[in-house]
Amino acid sequence: MTFDALLVLDMLLATLMLMLAIAALHCESLRQGIFLYIVFGLVTALAWARLKAPDVALAEAAIGSGVAGALLLAGLRDRKPRKQKSLLRRPAWQVLTVTYLVIGLALTASWAFLDAQANDVGPRLGAMVQAELANSGVSNPVTAVLLNFRAYDTLLELAVLLAALLGVLALGPERAAPRAAGPVVHHLVAWLTPLLIVTAGYLLWVGAHAPGGAFQAGALLAAAGIVVRLSGNPHNGLPSGIWVRMLAVAGCGVFMFVGLASMGGGANLLQYPANWAGTLILLIEVFATLAITTSLVLVYLGGQPDSWSSGRRKARA
Amino acid sequence: MLETSTLYGLLGIILAALGLQAAILQRDAIRRILAINVLGVGVFLVFIATAYQGADTPPDAVPHALVLTGIVVAVAATALALGLQRRLEILDEDTDDE
Repeated sequence: MTFDALLVLDMLLATLMLMLAIAALHCESLRQGIFLYIVFGLVTALAWARLKAPDVALAEAAIGSGVAGALLLAGLRDRKPRKQKSLLRRPAWQVLTVTYLVIGLALTASWAFLDAQANDVGPRLGAMVQAELANSGVSNPVTAVLLNFRAYDTLLELAVLLAALLGVLALGPERAAPRAAGPVVHHLVAWLTPLLIVTAGYLLWVGAHAPGGAFQAGALLAAAGIVVRLSGNPHNGLPSGIWVRMLAVAGCGVFMFVGLASMGGGANLLQYPANWAGTLILLIEVFATLAITTSLVLVYLGGQPDSWSSGRRKARA
Repeated sequence: MLETSTLYGLLGIILAALGLQAAILQRDAIRRILAINVLGVGVFLVFIATAYQGADTPPDAVPHALVLTGIVVAVAATALALGLQRRLEILDEDTDDE
């Protein structure tokens, strides 16, 4: 009977997610829509937990819902007030065509998905991961895939993050800082920030053998920076000048360095020596965390920090 | 009997469809960015549902790692899109002034 109870929970979660998604997409006010999206992200984290994906649940709660929500709200603040263009105000034929096409696509995808579920589609990579886990240097299978078996993907992901950061930095100066908050918020931030830093450190360390890792830790550290920024503090925890640039490229840099150094003994790129794997993974993760934090805080600022260009501006003046 | 993975997989497909429809039909840039994020969550849900192999067997870690990567890439793309939107807003203001 426990199975049935869980199925009821699944049904409730699924209905809730569906309603929140529709509300977030078609809400009259965009501000409400963004708040609903943040709630949707948190409920989704519960669904990940239900599907035994705690690593993804942590990342979704911290990045997908938290940082993305903060970014969307900051984007909303950038706009000058104007009357909201209402949803789907398009000719009926456009709405109908797109809707039918999307329904057709969804039905095809459902058919493919159900077919794949019903018929065994051959050996899974998951079994190989479990078999080789002992050689990976860590005991959390997700970390093993991310930083050992498929380290290429993670390296390229850090490169994508860096590319997005460069794109944002090229767009101009940072957003104006929010107004200074009241004493209650300042007090709260003074409590929250050290707590976030400690939790991030814990997640980074524990990622080797339990849910956690560089992404979750980086997102939490970035959240600390964003919270400090939101309270109206001119600082955001990032160093200034050359150091912040070094931090932004540290993830890719150290990863590449370790990858190239591992070729020294005749091995392939990113093929770590077996008895060093755990240490190397931790080393990469520490710098990946710092790079992810720096990138997320900088993209939240929305452009070049004032502290970068002040020297140049003075020189020009 | 409806299985957990089937339920969430189909939910993921519906969410992706809703996100896609809104991303095409909405006119407002930020609404479109939000819709693409919902589309992404739908796709991730299909991946994780495929990885789920019942309550007793450990799930497949490869889709989990892919989705983790995907979440970070999605937020990076969101940030870049919002940055471009902000730039457009500034340019619009400049043309309005003239």
